[in-house]
Amino acid sequence: MTTEARLERTPLVTGHKTYADVNDDVCRPLESWPTKKWWIALTIAATVFGIHILSLGRLITHGIGNLGLNSPVGWGSDIINFVFWIGIGHAGTLISAILFLFRQKWRTSINRAAEAMTIFAVLTAGLFPLMHTGRQWLAFFWLLPYPNFRGPLWVNFRSPLLWDVFAVSTYLTISAVFWYVGLIPDLASVRDRAKNKIRKAIYSVLSLGWTGSQRNWSHYETTYLLLAGLSTPLVLSVHTIVSFDFATSLLPGWHTTIFPPYFVAGAIFSGFAMVVTLLVLCREIFDLQDYITVNHLENMNKIILLTGSMVGYAYASEFFMAWYSGNAYERFIFIQRALGPYAWSYWTMIGCNVIWPQLFWKKSWRRNIKLMFIISILVNIGMWYERFVIIVTSLNNDFLPSSWRSYYPTLWDWGWTFGSFGMFFTFFLLFCRTLPMIAMSEVKGVMNTGHKGDHHG
Amino acid sequence: MAKSCGVFAVFKSEDDLVRAAKAGREQKNFKFYDAFTPYPIHGLDDVMGIRRSFLPWVTFVFGIIGTITALILQIWTSAFDWALNVGGKPYTSLPAFIPVVFELTVLFGGLGTVAALFYVCKMPNLNPRILHPDITKDRFVLFVPSNEAGYNEGDVIQFLKGFKPEEVSAVTE
Repeated sequence: MTTEARLERTPLVTGHKTYADVNDDVCRPLESWPTKKWWIALTIAATVFGIHILSLGRLITHGIGNLGLNSPVGWGSDIINFVFWIGIGHAGTLISAILFLFRQKWRTSINRAAEAMTIFAVLTAGLFPLMHTGRQWLAFFWLLPYPNFRGPLWVNFRSPLLWDVFAVSTYLTISAVFWYVGLIPDLASVRDRAKNKIRKAIYSVLSLGWTGSQRNWSHYETTYLLLAGLSTPLVLSVHTIVSFDFATSLLPGWHTTIFPPYFVAGAIFSGFAMVVTLLVLCREIFDLQDYITVNHLENMNKIILLTGSMVGYAYASEFFMAWYSGNAYERFIFIQRALGPYAWSYWTMIGCNVIWPQLFWKKSWRRNIKLMFIISILVNIGMWYERFVIIVTSLNNDFLPSSWRSYYPTLWDWGWTFGSFGMFFTFFLLFCRTLPMIAMSEVKGVMNTGHKGDHHG
Repeated sequence: MAKSCGVFAVFKSEDDLVRAAKAGREQKNFKFYDAFTPYPIHGLDDVMGIRRSFLPWVTFVFGIIGTITALILQIWTSAFDWALNVGGKPYTSLPAFIPVVFELTVLFGGLGTVAALFYVCKMPNLNPRILHPDITKDRFVLFVPSNEAGYNEGDVIQFLKGFKPEEVSAVTE
């Protein structure tokens, strides 16, 4: 093997595709009648979404007394699910913004779907704290600073819960804008190939009149870079602020400075697992194996391995600090977590988040589609339990043994926890059918990687 | 024949387009010409003499506006309009205001940048002039408008034909 041959990069897109093939392959799901597999998936997702709507309806009409919240466990499934879904969203921004800044070209095949996932995850997440406010129709007045006739009284800007309102809404807005800016050239592609008049009209409006002019590309690329630069600290800030909801309190197990990095690593970990779950399914359903290759999945698995190990390190470090601090309450809470009544959830979390992802050290396992699909689901279960462990075990055994109480989720708790997956997947499936799932203009720009002297088109 | 507003050539390869664009600037001194491509071609800006985008300044200015807005909003509401003692903290508790300051800086900066992008690209435009339907697929187009200095339709067509175009035509409106 010559030096030159060894330095050649692995192709990012396989199957010797031309530029025209990219348009045909990516637009096919948009232009043909949905396949049977898609209908089956949508039916299941929409049914589960129905359960969500039913649970939300019950909580709006009958109040949040239907949830298993009690004193002292005042934060239950609502905050668990909120943190879980916000965390899922983080992978999308990591792929679209941070990997862009690091010039990781492999991101081009997966960023569109991951960004869509971010937006749907944040939408799903946002509903939970909104429902938790109780009288949701008044939430706007409680959450946002607006001029009023009661003083005017303002929101408390010193509260991390209010920081959350700003962080999550900014995150949703900027992610949506970033995603849409990325979509514009591809929407123009769909417009230009549309044979059907109605489709042409719809995509003409959506593509905002994009022509592909170099003078526009120049500004466009600058904007994309700027948005990536803005989103990178933004995504880190969002989960940092979510962790402040806990860290600024005085509860043992919550009141720690390790929370921001620990939460951010966990968010990226769970988000990547969700991306792997979705993309393994999508590349099968929509025949995109040449674009989302095993190399892409392997790269994501490496990030899962890294962030999973960081999360494992955080778990260990929390324990060490509980002992080292000499604080009796802190020690008690951590011993309770590992050996108390919720030990089963703690060890589920350790198993799913720390132990199983270690299988990814072996290359052939990292590239095994079935194995990674199973691990990605285990990671998501583990990360849900991580939030369960943090929230429930710190609350249920508070300072006064006489007020200790267990947390029993009700049917409605499980209904909206389960149902939120339906909401997320329904949105995602509709996205796959209506918008290009792969960033065509970006993929075309990196197609020559690994194909030396092979000019496409 | 109706008066044309320019001439365009369609290329099948990125390299031909770049060569034509380079020659256009070096030999013909084109200033207002434009390329239309399915994906951004890096380096074409330099070849065509397109200046660096000024959008980072817009981001900066809007970001600063966001910072100031957040500071004024928080300090005015928490310390002046209805000063409320929360846990004995100072009315103007700057460290606690930083998260919202950061979020609004990003929000204003991001939205301002995208608004400026739409403005400079004249979007949304429901009736764009699409020179060739395959520009968004796999064709590269070089367009020379009639307002270039010393523009002569016949000359420009001859010039563009030297770069192996698939097609050269005049645009009439």
